[in-house]
Amino acid sequence: MSIPTSSVEQVIPEQGAMAQPSVQPSRRRRLRFVSGGKAATGLAVAAGYVLLAVIGPWIAPYDPDARSSDLLQPPSAAHWFGTTHLGQDVFSQILVGTRGVMLVGLTAGVVATVLSVLVGVTAGYLGGLADDGLSALSNVFLVIPALPLIIIVTSTVSGAGDLVVALVIGLTSWAWGARVLRAQTLSLRRRDYVEAARATGEHTWRIIGFEILPNLTAIIASGFVGTVIFAVMSEITLAFIGISSVSSWNWGTILFWAQSQQALAQGAWWWFVPAGLAIALLGTALALINFGIDEFVSPRLRSAGRSRVRTADGRTVRMRVGFTPVLAPRPAPPVASGQREEAGR
Amino acid sequence: MTFLLRRLAFYLFTAWAALTINFFIPRMIPGDPVKSLVSRFQGQLSTDAIHSLYVLFGLDSDDSLWDQYVDYWRQLAHGDLGLSFTAFPSPVSEVIGDALPWTLILVGVTTAVSFVLGTGLGVLAGWRRGSWVDGLLPVTTFLSSVPYFWLGLVAIAVLAGPGSFFPSSGGYEPGLVPALDSIFLGSAVQHSLLPAATILISSMSGWILSMRNMMVTVAAEDYITVAHAKGLPERRVAMSYAARNALLPNVAGFALSLGLIVGGTLLVEIVFSYPGLGFLLFRAVSAKDYPLMQGIFLVITLSVLVANLLADVVYLFLDPRTRKEG
Repeated sequence: MSIPTSSVEQVIPEQGAMAQPSVQPSRRRRLRFVSGGKAATGLAVAAGYVLLAVIGPWIAPYDPDARSSDLLQPPSAAHWFGTTHLGQDVFSQILVGTRGVMLVGLTAGVVATVLSVLVGVTAGYLGGLADDGLSALSNVFLVIPALPLIIIVTSTVSGAGDLVVALVIGLTSWAWGARVLRAQTLSLRRRDYVEAARATGEHTWRIIGFEILPNLTAIIASGFVGTVIFAVMSEITLAFIGISSVSSWNWGTILFWAQSQQALAQGAWWWFVPAGLAIALLGTALALINFGIDEFVSPRLRSAGRSRVRTADGRTVRMRVGFTPVLAPRPAPPVASGQREEAGR
Repeated sequence: MTFLLRRLAFYLFTAWAALTINFFIPRMIPGDPVKSLVSRFQGQLSTDAIHSLYVLFGLDSDDSLWDQYVDYWRQLAHGDLGLSFTAFPSPVSEVIGDALPWTLILVGVTTAVSFVLGTGLGVLAGWRRGSWVDGLLPVTTFLSSVPYFWLGLVAIAVLAGPGSFFPSSGGYEPGLVPALDSIFLGSAVQHSLLPAATILISSMSGWILSMRNMMVTVAAEDYITVAHAKGLPERRVAMSYAARNALLPNVAGFALSLGLIVGGTLLVEIVFSYPGLGFLLFRAVSAKDYPLMQGIFLVITLSVLVANLLADVVYLFLDPRTRKEG
């Protein structure tokens, strides 16, 4: 069973610039990655979440489980995000919940990334039967809908804690990364420098570890970030439908209680809006990091700045990929001015 | 043709793998899950149901695992998925059969619309790079980061409610009897507008992004420059030259993201109490109705496989190279 031709083309857009085996990116290029607006924003926000995950439980103003007499209060100075039906402080719940969310997301991300590197690079480098087998395996995992599978496996393990949830998510979500890595390894392994290493009698594992893996860094990183997004979403989903244990706090648990206590019908928007925004912000930040990586690898994808440029003689020219508009003033009036000619430039 | 046959073989293999996973999951539970279930239901289970549970968990006999496996396949071949004990004594296949059309229509229509709309916007964003369409990108990123179900919650809070046109839950007016008449269909459509819009908004952004990136990549190809040099109208170059080629990876990606979309849709159904498979799965999970859960997983997986096969056929039409190889 081999991958259809389409699957390899699938990843080509992202590897445009990767196609030239770059030597280790120099310090300046690394800095340029961070200085790109998207990646920098994403990294800053993600770092903020990590910080909250560490200190959240300490800086939370209330015990998230503690009940009080302020039932279902809208946001106020005492309770920034309002209170639940039992008078619990939603702000504290979000702060305390961050740790669980980040822990599961990162653990699942690491598990899935390690698996995808193992499977993808091995399949791509070894080829032959091993490739066929591993590709079929990852294709199967790609096609089977992950969320229902995760739901069923987790609900079978009674009272699943954070670790179990992270493992289940990690074990079911490595396939996409493996597929992309395999395609890239396939194109790398016939490169001259790899051939040279092979000719000098390097051990297979040394070639993979020192010649191939460094050139896959960007793809591995982007795969890791993608998996973390998926893991966070899945984990919150599991908590929201009440499968993983509801005793430990994460944002999904908050939504679970909001849903089951009819927060909507009571108009208690503060109960579910902050948790959702927290998820969306984290997801956006991680997605931005991934855009940053993509654009770093393939600069064409950067959104262009101003694309309409005024020339000296007052005409507007629209820049387009693949064309270099000539901005010099024209000595003679154009023969035929108009859209068509501009477009055809 | 070879292409299609190879894909077919792959899907059959995947179906086998999914069914085998389905066989092993209940057997991995440590201890005696049936006893705890029986005590949970406190005598509400008939002996028939208890027996079917023992069969499900493979605790009924001293048969070897292999014999159980063969037996499992024999049952499946007869369309027998066991008995659901939340809807006892209905068989699982019947319960699922009631819910399946709801999900199929909701997911089918919204996925098709979101793919077409998203791809169209992506073409625009990629071709007019640097215009106002680029301003949409951060918005779409944000929207695709929001969980489907949360968007559903917000939609209910903002748009639905007493006296609103949009009902907040259910698939049709409670008093109505499901039938193919205008009143029922009208009510069903009215109930599905909000869930459909939720799915549409959250799933469309992914298509926009991937199509935009493909368009940007394709726009720098030599054949585009040649098409421009020939003096072809801008529209023609964008549609017949750039978009046509940029579409291929998006269609291939369609097949792969289908599993994700279906997962998200199940959640939207839960939020809206929509009478489809997702809501059924939710009820099955909260009641620990293992036979029903497994049946749903099976049906979802098989439907996704069929949809994948359809996407492959479309790909075959779009990409002449796959036809030539055969």
